[in-house]
Amino acid sequence: MIRIEARPQPSALMAYATPVLAVVLTMIFGGVLFAVLGKDPLEAIATIFWEPIFGEFAFFYRPQLLIKGAPLVLIAIGLALGFRAGIWNIGAEGQYIVGAICGAGAGLAFYPTESVLIFPLMVLAGALGGWAWAMIPAVLKVKFGTNEILVSLMLVYVAEQLLASMSLGLLKNPEGFGFPGSRNLQQYGSAHNAEIIAGTGMHWGVVAALIAVIFAYVLLTRHRLGFAIRVTGEAPRAAKFGGVNPARLVLFCLGMSGLLAGLAGMFEVSGPSGQISIDFNVGYGFTAIIVAFLGRLNPLGIVAAGLLMALTYIGGDIAQSQLGLPAAAIQVFQGMLLFFLLALDVLTNYRVRFGTAEVA
Amino acid sequence: MDLSAINPILLIAAMIAAATPILLAAIGELVVERAGVLNLGVEGMMITGAVCGFIITVNTGSPTIGFIAAAVGGAVLSLLFAFLTQVALANQVASGLALTLFGLGLSALMGQSYVGIKPPRTETTPLGPLADIPVIGPIVFGHDLIVYLGLAIVAATWAVLTFTRVGLVLRAVGENHDAAHALGYKVKRIRTLAILFGGACAGLGGAYISLIRVPQWTEGMTAGVGWIALALVVFASWKPWRVLLGAYLFGGITQLQLNLQGAGVAIPVEYLAMSPYVVTIIVLVILSADKSRAPGSLGRTFHASG
Repeated sequence: MIRIEARPQPSALMAYATPVLAVVLTMIFGGVLFAVLGKDPLEAIATIFWEPIFGEFAFFYRPQLLIKGAPLVLIAIGLALGFRAGIWNIGAEGQYIVGAICGAGAGLAFYPTESVLIFPLMVLAGALGGWAWAMIPAVLKVKFGTNEILVSLMLVYVAEQLLASMSLGLLKNPEGFGFPGSRNLQQYGSAHNAEIIAGTGMHWGVVAALIAVIFAYVLLTRHRLGFAIRVTGEAPRAAKFGGVNPARLVLFCLGMSGLLAGLAGMFEVSGPSGQISIDFNVGYGFTAIIVAFLGRLNPLGIVAAGLLMALTYIGGDIAQSQLGLPAAAIQVFQGMLLFFLLALDVLTNYRVRFGTAEVA
Repeated sequence: MDLSAINPILLIAAMIAAATPILLAAIGELVVERAGVLNLGVEGMMITGAVCGFIITVNTGSPTIGFIAAAVGGAVLSLLFAFLTQVALANQVASGLALTLFGLGLSALMGQSYVGIKPPRTETTPLGPLADIPVIGPIVFGHDLIVYLGLAIVAATWAVLTFTRVGLVLRAVGENHDAAHALGYKVKRIRTLAILFGGACAGLGGAYISLIRVPQWTEGMTAGVGWIALALVVFASWKPWRVLLGAYLFGGITQLQLNLQGAGVAIPVEYLAMSPYVVTIIVLVILSADKSRAPGSLGRTFHASG
């Protein structure tokens, strides 16, 4: 007879061990999945986790780690603040899209003027766009008690339609021969989020992600507001008696995560992606949820988790072209990781006991 | 713009069909939530049901077997959720999200060689001369079996929850799991069964989209219907008949905007396509003032020793 028993204190050892264990289990079960798909599991795992960093073409893939990791970390940091307080923003994908539309729109409004002020303005517009989009569920929750999970998610679908409308209408490239999509910002110097050091993948989004990590770390460990977030998540009643204003917390957490997601979208559209197009978003907003949990909602953990997730994206691409592994297999792989993580979390707060229960 | 191209009788009949997937998913989730569990994985279970039903139907040629497979597929996926939340005591919100992300990936993987295939047609129920009655015939009697099955499930859910001992126990578990446990009811077993029922219903709903509504397989084809179903349960204040009403309302809007797109209304297609989601938000705002109807233990983890 196996039963589980609550621990008096969460196990610190397990809190660190479970993410590692989850990754290992995902590799094993992912290997089984790849074997079922008729691929050599060891080769597939090696292609995903080894090739991008140490393989023959690593010089090409390593910068990608920063390019793909930055938006994931940026979004996940914001989400983690809310998740810690029990505020569930799962519409980061929508805020990411709106941030990109606003950022690109602000830049394209000045085309073809060249000025150093344009890029900062775009950053501001992107952040504001994401913030405003997240404020919809925040204000509705504060004013009417509407469920923020459902509203923020509905707004993803609205944002996707808005994106389609923008790339076919308002922001469409007038010199694009009728193809959908905006002008390419990579070819517009003042609006281009270029690499700061060529060949490293280091662009302004990476810098923003690092600032966000430090900011979140200080906020959570040193600031009163961070304390309020943690107390609200762990003991909502205690927080209420302690004088935490829940409405302000909702506005701050949702607003902050929207702002960061908007920034991520803006840096993506002005840099690696280059233009607003119908298929601009690739699901970073959803993958960031996995990143946030994998990083244990801890800013430093999120950096590690973001890089690992970026690795699976890049490795997945390589496995797709070299081994013919389907793109969806990587999605399943990432989903599996979240499952194992959640399932293993029980070990942090509970002890597994073997033998029959004593009669009370 | 040519509004006369819209035939009101066909429109109403199509609205009923459009409402069916939302109805099935929502009634399943209603039972799950009445048992005190919040499963945000409806979208994932629907899309898994959609792909399972599609694959089996294409391979066997029988939509009936396909729909059964869809229900089984949805239920199997929901079993993962049941394991996470009932055995591993994981957070229900996070587990539900995981289920959706995993389901979307899994379905894309399973369905990749089925893109672009047309499934065998699902026949409408042979109700004989009834379907030939003018106006009422096509609206009420001209549907496939799943539409009627959905209505039957709503009626049965209402009857079971209101009049039977099983329903009473389920509601007790949802309202106060500690009290139900103290009375000797197996909280986890009851909740697991409710989750399985929810998964099967969501799977059926998903298959209705891939086999009858569209009918084709494309990645992510449920496009948020599962989330609308979740909103619908709140809208319905956890009452079965109100779920029916809500589903027809949302199905109606979805169908109406499609017809308006077809009729070439001067509003851009993208803005019409947004409307079901925007309406969902508006309805949530109007109805979220009254939260008193929510089951008392909704979303809380149950552990006997705690």
